[in-house]
Amino acid sequence: MSQAESGRPLALLSSELVTLFRRRRTLAMLGALALVPILIAIAVRVTTAGNSGRGPAFIGEITQNGLFVAFTALTVSIPLFLPLTVGVVAGDTIAGEANLGTLRYLLIAPAGRVRLLVVKFVAAGIFAIAATLVIVLAGVAIGAALFPIRPVTLLSGDTIGAGDFAIRSALLVGYVSLSLLGLTAIGLFISTLTTVPVGAMAATIVLAAASQIADALPQLSAIHPWLFTHNWLGFADLLRNPISWDNYGQNALLQLGYIVVFGALAFGRFSTKDILS
Amino acid sequence: MSDAAGSRLAIETSGLGKSFGRQRAVDDLDLSVPRGSVFGFLGPNGSGKTTTIRMLLGLAAATSGEIRMLGEPMPTALRSVLPRVGALVEGPAIYPFLSGRANLLRLDSADRHASSRTRRARVGAALDRVGLSHASEKRAHAYSLGMKQRLGIANALLRPRELLILDEPSNGLDPQGTREVRNLIRSLAEEGTTVFVSSHLLSEIEQLCSHVAVMSAGRLVAQGTLDELRRGATRLTVTTPDVEDARRVLTELRLEIEPAASDGAVAAALTDVLPETVTAALVAAGVRVRGIAVAGETLEERFVALTGEGFDVAG
Repeated sequence: MSQAESGRPLALLSSELVTLFRRRRTLAMLGALALVPILIAIAVRVTTAGNSGRGPAFIGEITQNGLFVAFTALTVSIPLFLPLTVGVVAGDTIAGEANLGTLRYLLIAPAGRVRLLVVKFVAAGIFAIAATLVIVLAGVAIGAALFPIRPVTLLSGDTIGAGDFAIRSALLVGYVSLSLLGLTAIGLFISTLTTVPVGAMAATIVLAAASQIADALPQLSAIHPWLFTHNWLGFADLLRNPISWDNYGQNALLQLGYIVVFGALAFGRFSTKDILS
Repeated sequence: MSDAAGSRLAIETSGLGKSFGRQRAVDDLDLSVPRGSVFGFLGPNGSGKTTTIRMLLGLAAATSGEIRMLGEPMPTALRSVLPRVGALVEGPAIYPFLSGRANLLRLDSADRHASSRTRRARVGAALDRVGLSHASEKRAHAYSLGMKQRLGIANALLRPRELLILDEPSNGLDPQGTREVRNLIRSLAEEGTTVFVSSHLLSEIEQLCSHVAVMSAGRLVAQGTLDELRRGATRLTVTTPDVEDARRVLTELRLEIEPAASDGAVAAALTDVLPETVTAALVAAGVRVRGIAVAGETLEERFVALTGEGFDVAG
């Protein structure tokens, strides 16, 4: 038997990533996310009144510096577009395979139930990074095309050059995608409960919305620090000098907590589930 | 169950049961599938065949009983057993947005023991074996039912297997395809692979299988070699004006008389008793015999006798 030989350890993950990123739906979602900064940049460019003092954060700065397109687009996308796309991918993880019936063939290959869950979570996490990265890269590109590029003035008043801007953008991408990992874990768990992927996607997205609403109600302030969406917009510290890491660490800990809890729930559910689809 | 028996048997279950709520889908199932056999697994819709296969493959947990596959306990030894088992369970499943070839590459990469180095070659060989090479680059959503079925069988053949579990392999295939699948199973069996095949097509089973088991309403109602099952199916019919006397004679010979015989005839399943013994006993008892007939039932008649005539799905 060829038991002695073995596949590459990451064969299933790379297969998962190829399947995910070759899929038209995934490409369409990434394309839609890329449109966010492009639409913002074009809207600001064609309307002269860019600095009315209203609108999302950073939008007034765009006319002065194209690099702010990326920040604005990210801020606009965080409440809805990013959780929407992450919810689709995370909700589809297990339920999508169950719906196609391919789940049974993956399991009898045998993929291993825990291994499959981990691979699915990691792939969905990589999608979250890709989604954030697409917004930032498209933002920088369209910003550079339509507006002047200058050294960026931070919230603390310091000015940074292109190299430092790139580092901070990378940190920002890291922060935002990290923020989405808790939601990814929730989506993974919901996905183990059903064979209807659309239901799992919808439930995940609804939870993201509900958490943000709860976070906006002052009456619920006691639970605010525990909501997975609580730190979603808390990346302003990355735009100060020196960088304050408090929020970054706090957010990482919170997301890790959600990953552990919902990862354990997903494991508990999936490791003993009868696959009848 | 001893280890020696376990190594002779490719699949062995004892007291296997599965309940969904209050319903017993599979009840006290003792299957013995000898290595090297082509084993036909028969039963009407809803008789528990697919549920049994799901338990064998570790997709569903048994409520009671034990399973040994290729000599090892399941699902405990799932990781070492399943790479040696190829399966088609309740029809093929495909990623419609991937090509046929990409479908197989993906499923093969899920098996951590499957060599990445030989993956492309093995996928190509499996596609070739089911006659799908020419359509391998097409997106699978454009595949016909028969092509999907072929792709599912190719998936079971990605590696050399000791055991193949094929649930309705001829489903959706045209007559040529059915014939090809039959030849494929024969050639695999000649190579020494044990083939466990569930089917509704009794003529298929009759042509292919060395052993047969029949399920009805979650229970095993017959199991053995095809010849054993057919032998139990020999039927003796006596035409006589002395129906009552004939009945008495047959009962004394411990034959089980069928209740629904027509007027002037008595019928019974012939098991251990030879037809000439019956004739002699009838003559000795002074029964006037107009005619005596011994007929082997077809597998289909035997199947219906075992599982009931009704068209309704067992609920």
